[in-house]
Amino acid sequence: MPILNVSELRTHFRGERGPVRAVENVSFTLESGETIAIVGESGSGKSVTSLSIMRLLAGGRARSSGRIEFLGRDILSLGEAEMRKIRGNEIGMIFQEPMTSLNPVLTIGRQIAETLILHQHLSRAQARARAIEMLRLVDIPAAEQRIDEYPHQLSGGMRQRVMIAMALACEPKLLIADEPTTALDVTIQAQVLELMADLQKRTGTAIILITHDLGVVADVADRVIVMYAGRTVEEATTKDLFLHPLHPYTRGLLATIAKLGSSLDDNAASRLTEIPGQVPSLHESIPGCAFASRCPLVTDLCRHTAPSFEAVEPDHKVACHHVERRLQA
Amino acid sequence: MTIKSNMIATGDLFPSEPRRGRVATFVRRHPTIVAGGGILFLMVLIAVFAQWIATIDPDKIAPIKRNREPTAEFWFGTDMLGRDLFSRVVYGARVSLLVGFAVAVCATFLGLVTGLAAGAYRRLDMVIMRLMDGLMSVPPILLAIALMAAVGGSVFNVILAISIAEFPRMSRLVRGLVLSIREQAYIDGAIASGSSMPKIIVKHILPNTLGPIMVQATYICSAAMITEAALSFIGAGTPPSIPSWGGIMNEGRMLWQIKPYIILFPAVFLSLTVLAVNLLGDGLRDALDPRAASRI
Repeated sequence: MPILNVSELRTHFRGERGPVRAVENVSFTLESGETIAIVGESGSGKSVTSLSIMRLLAGGRARSSGRIEFLGRDILSLGEAEMRKIRGNEIGMIFQEPMTSLNPVLTIGRQIAETLILHQHLSRAQARARAIEMLRLVDIPAAEQRIDEYPHQLSGGMRQRVMIAMALACEPKLLIADEPTTALDVTIQAQVLELMADLQKRTGTAIILITHDLGVVADVADRVIVMYAGRTVEEATTKDLFLHPLHPYTRGLLATIAKLGSSLDDNAASRLTEIPGQVPSLHESIPGCAFASRCPLVTDLCRHTAPSFEAVEPDHKVACHHVERRLQA
Repeated sequence: MTIKSNMIATGDLFPSEPRRGRVATFVRRHPTIVAGGGILFLMVLIAVFAQWIATIDPDKIAPIKRNREPTAEFWFGTDMLGRDLFSRVVYGARVSLLVGFAVAVCATFLGLVTGLAAGAYRRLDMVIMRLMDGLMSVPPILLAIALMAAVGGSVFNVILAISIAEFPRMSRLVRGLVLSIREQAYIDGAIASGSSMPKIIVKHILPNTLGPIMVQATYICSAAMITEAALSFIGAGTPPSIPSWGGIMNEGRMLWQIKPYIILFPAVFLSLTVLAVNLLGDGLRDALDPRAASRI
């Protein structure tokens, strides 16, 4: 049974100029122990998708429809009290900014212990022992001393480790990591990713990794979902996606990666490519394909009719009218 | 052939200084805290040990010795009823300090409760802040006079009246702090880890507001002392049976041109105490402000 089953999730915000369609008909499933990456540029709806799963969007201004089934329960219909029992306990979350995601006036030990006392009903002493254990697990040296330190006494990488320790303290079934390595430098990034992969092996946690860094995706994800303007445009296993991208947007995205050995010479082939045009405004409803205005293969059909998100091969779904042509080619 | 020796600078850039003790370092870094705290501590001692410090019973009337200039027997002179001014001023410290501290505590408590609620819950925000606007539209001293007129003079009522007049400012401050703190990523983190809003307020928001609140509390304390003296001066404060600095000044008002010391001594004590509290507040503000680079 899949641990998480998201079907036709839509999340809209109430904006001053009408609704902002941040997420439109996103569907995917996640098995336990699996790592799925959601990639896309800024504003593509990847963070909103994860916040919708946690139900962390302000009730008055954001509304979600569709189904989010977590271990058989529909998250969108749960009460707030039940939701609080899931947050931090069964679904853990790691945020982007390790520098500001810890409370500056509390020791890291107290912050890790807080979730344990709240959800696992441990005593203070037990929670402290478990917090030390968690700090060891995330490779923080001298955990017994570090536990009484304040966030400002730790480096960025250490703080992100503390965040991971906090998120995993209650052994959640699902971990949502929203750009966990974006604020870290490359060597620390590699360490943190390795740590996450390692912890996943031990605990069997499923991970949703949200990122715009395709290098990170290639490193750790089993499957990839590509989002564009609030919609999923392609979903495939990591290997498949990198070797045979089907959607023109995915191809464009992959082409934007700088390759080792490319130079700044006039040689056009080695120039860094970009995707022309801009992401469409989320204020307007888009009748056709969201990528139509930037797509090199665009036809009239694309402008009027939205392509359905279908499996063209086992484990490879894509939303494009021109996939058949592409597959034949 | 000569070998050119490379001159490489060695030695520490901070030449070893004689190590100061912790007390000396604190005095050097925070002179205002030490000065303000010192004077205030002295005043507290005077208030607490008033009955041993005062030379004569402050209520003892001796008509034959009235309006004496300061002498060895009556250090600050006597008033128009022949009561010893020094003893009265010493006992007056009790009222001033009690009112100052009690109002600081009460107003802080009221301000915290209302400010936290207003900052954390949008619906309450409108109601509470409009109430505060209403209270703040009346000058604190006028509001206190009105309240005193309504409930009658006693130390408890003075504390209550001044607290009500002063707490809206604290409430505003706390609300503002909460509004900025709740946008911090760690509050989102706390929500994401399943904490309920009341828990987040107490555990995450409250500790982050304590620095500015302590500073504001000292200002409320000094404002309360001045308001108390003003209330007593116009006869709307503590009953005349309890010696207070404002009351003594009021009694000396009639004679101030020929016997200015009757007003002078309590005024000096009041000014010194208020100055001490303000110095302490300024010092705390500098010490608790993370942006001030005073630590380096």
